[in-house]
Amino acid sequence: MGRFKESLWGMLLVMVAFCGLSGALLAWVHVLTTEPIGQAAVKQRIDAVADILPAFDNNPVDEGVSVDLDGEPRPLHVYPALRDGEFVGAAVESYSSEGFSGDIVVMYGFDVSGNITGYRVVSHAETPGLGAKMEQWFRMPEGRRSVIGRNPVADNLTVAKDGGDVDGITAATITSRAFLDALHRAHECFKAYCETYNNQGV
Amino acid sequence: MNRIDGMDNGLLVVSGSPHIHARGTTSGLMWRVVFALMPALVCALYYFGIGAAVVVSTAVLGCMAVEYVIARWLMRRDVGFVNGAAALTGLLLAFNLPSNLPVWMVLIGCVVAIGVGKMAFGGLGCNIFNPALVGRVFLLLSFPAAMTSWPLPEVNRLTYLDATTGATVLSGLGDGTVSFDVVGETLGCTGGSLGEVGALALVAGVVFLLLTRVITWHIPVAVLGTVVLFAMAIGSNVGVELLSGGLLLGAFFMATDYVTSPMSKWGCVIYGVMIGVITMVIRHWGAYPEGVSFAILIMNGFTPLINRYVKPRKFGERRCR
Amino acid sequence: MKFLNIIYNGLVKENPVFVLLLGMCPTLGTTGSAMTGMSMGVATMCVLICSNMAVSGIKSVVPPSVRIPVYIVVIATFVSALQMLLAAYLPALNATLGIFIPLIVVNCILLGRAEAYASRHGVMESCCDGLGIGLGFTAGLTLLGAVRELLGTGRVFGAEVYPEEFGSLAFVLAPGAFIALGLLIGLFNAIKSR
Repeated sequence: MGRFKESLWGMLLVMVAFCGLSGALLAWVHVLTTEPIGQAAVKQRIDAVADILPAFDNNPVDEGVSVDLDGEPRPLHVYPALRDGEFVGAAVESYSSEGFSGDIVVMYGFDVSGNITGYRVVSHAETPGLGAKMEQWFRMPEGRRSVIGRNPVADNLTVAKDGGDVDGITAATITSRAFLDALHRAHECFKAYCETYNNQGV
Repeated sequence: MNRIDGMDNGLLVVSGSPHIHARGTTSGLMWRVVFALMPALVCALYYFGIGAAVVVSTAVLGCMAVEYVIARWLMRRDVGFVNGAAALTGLLLAFNLPSNLPVWMVLIGCVVAIGVGKMAFGGLGCNIFNPALVGRVFLLLSFPAAMTSWPLPEVNRLTYLDATTGATVLSGLGDGTVSFDVVGETLGCTGGSLGEVGALALVAGVVFLLLTRVITWHIPVAVLGTVVLFAMAIGSNVGVELLSGGLLLGAFFMATDYVTSPMSKWGCVIYGVMIGVITMVIRHWGAYPEGVSFAILIMNGFTPLINRYVKPRKFGERRCR
Repeated sequence: MKFLNIIYNGLVKENPVFVLLLGMCPTLGTTGSAMTGMSMGVATMCVLICSNMAVSGIKSVVPPSVRIPVYIVVIATFVSALQMLLAAYLPALNATLGIFIPLIVVNCILLGRAEAYASRHGVMESCCDGLGIGLGFTAGLTLLGAVRELLGTGRVFGAEVYPEEFGSLAFVLAPGAFIALGLLIGLFNAIKSR
């Protein structure tokens, strides 16, 4: 046995055996976890949308559509929310390239009349402690920070420094502008979506 | 003086190194640099008044106290208290701070600068990184909002914590909220840290250092030259790049720190050029508005490597090959 | 008693974070808060115990010249299984730890213990060694995470100790990981040399 173990065939046999064993074990775990992983992924995405939208009973992720806007280089994704077959709002994944470093991607929720119901920062590369504060900042109750419940048409949603009604993040005006830029883009997209939605009368 | 006397007589005196003696001591050199910073300090006091006085005195006393405490009680060393190096670190740290920074933040900066940046490596001469910059960068990462809203000069002479602030030229130019005024910047009439206002005062200090041969021209010229060339290459405003931010302060007083810069002339040139390049890259493509301090710290880390490969010619050694 | 000694050895005398300085990548990368540090430590400990026992169990059939590839296959199997289980049942934790879970494969602690300990000792001893070293790693990561979270945000395990605006954010960022780890190692050595 000792000599066989050290021979080429012995080594091959051992390695093949362990790889086979490992493959079998992983295949078993894979079969075991495929379904929960799929469910968890769907749940995570729906939870993310549910977090910023009024209550709904459909699956906005599956019913999501891409909307092309005039003059925009890439389409935005819209996740419509329905309750009892009635349209109650939509989440729009928007972006802005006006940030301090790289693109910021934010998902905004709107109700039927276009009021902002919530937002979630999907990805960004802003400075920690400055621009990165936008994840919380625009829902804080202090002063005029929060954009929740406001309407991009009725309210002047620009940074106070530019004469608007929103208190920008301290020392991070550029990021604040980018956030609001993405917000307005999302709202444009929401309006465009609503028009097609109404025209089709779905 | 032994060696020189000996050579005059045609005799060589055998003794341990160093062979050439001068009156200069480490502490003396440090005090000379402190002296060279005086015009800039006067400038800072003129523009920022009370705030500048509070921040500078806190930083200087804080650094000296931290050094004393650590050396005396943690490292159990015999310490001469009045060491110019700690005072210089404090002064340079203060020059990198806005004049409305709360005292407790300045003190955190002192603890990190001296404790982490210097004493953790073994004290004066053993540190890899410039302690004042370690303190400043730590504060910048920790309190980015407080560290990037700069009080406006002159109007804030009598205020400290509640000073009115504005963006610096570097962060403001991008969005057009600040217009750049070369004359203003040269004389110090724009918002900024204590040491970045008043380019003329900094130049006066560096001329003194060059004349008294405390520093050589290689590093400042390499840094500033690179920034100018880089700015021209990417079509940026040369005047803004050169005069705004902490560039002059960094190139003159921080990059030239003895302990953390290379020993040979060519080493200094490489070091300076790289500082210039990294500064510009961070300014234009980084997540922070100003890159001078990061650039100097990064190149501090490369200094041992540069020293290894770019050695100064030994005295009397001929170039062979 | 013998098993307790093995565990004590891993926890204190050969603490992977403060003494062996192994596994620095997750140590620096996942200790932004006490909770993530502890989760990473526990995840690593699970893999370590399993791989130690498996390696010890198969030591007599593996030819010495191919032992390293076999150990890597064993470790990689457990890590992949762990990642799938995390993704299925603890998706939030999986998202937080992200790339650091697959990276357990290349953590020196696992191969190091397989090679230096498990391949020479019985299954029970190897299990205890895995538990001890794993606990040491978890303790190190939790402590580092707690220190960084405390100094950076004024909280420990999410509970507020002092107001957040007095925290030095730098400790939560990458440079703070190095500074805090260095200071903790210094402290550890100072205590040990007493």
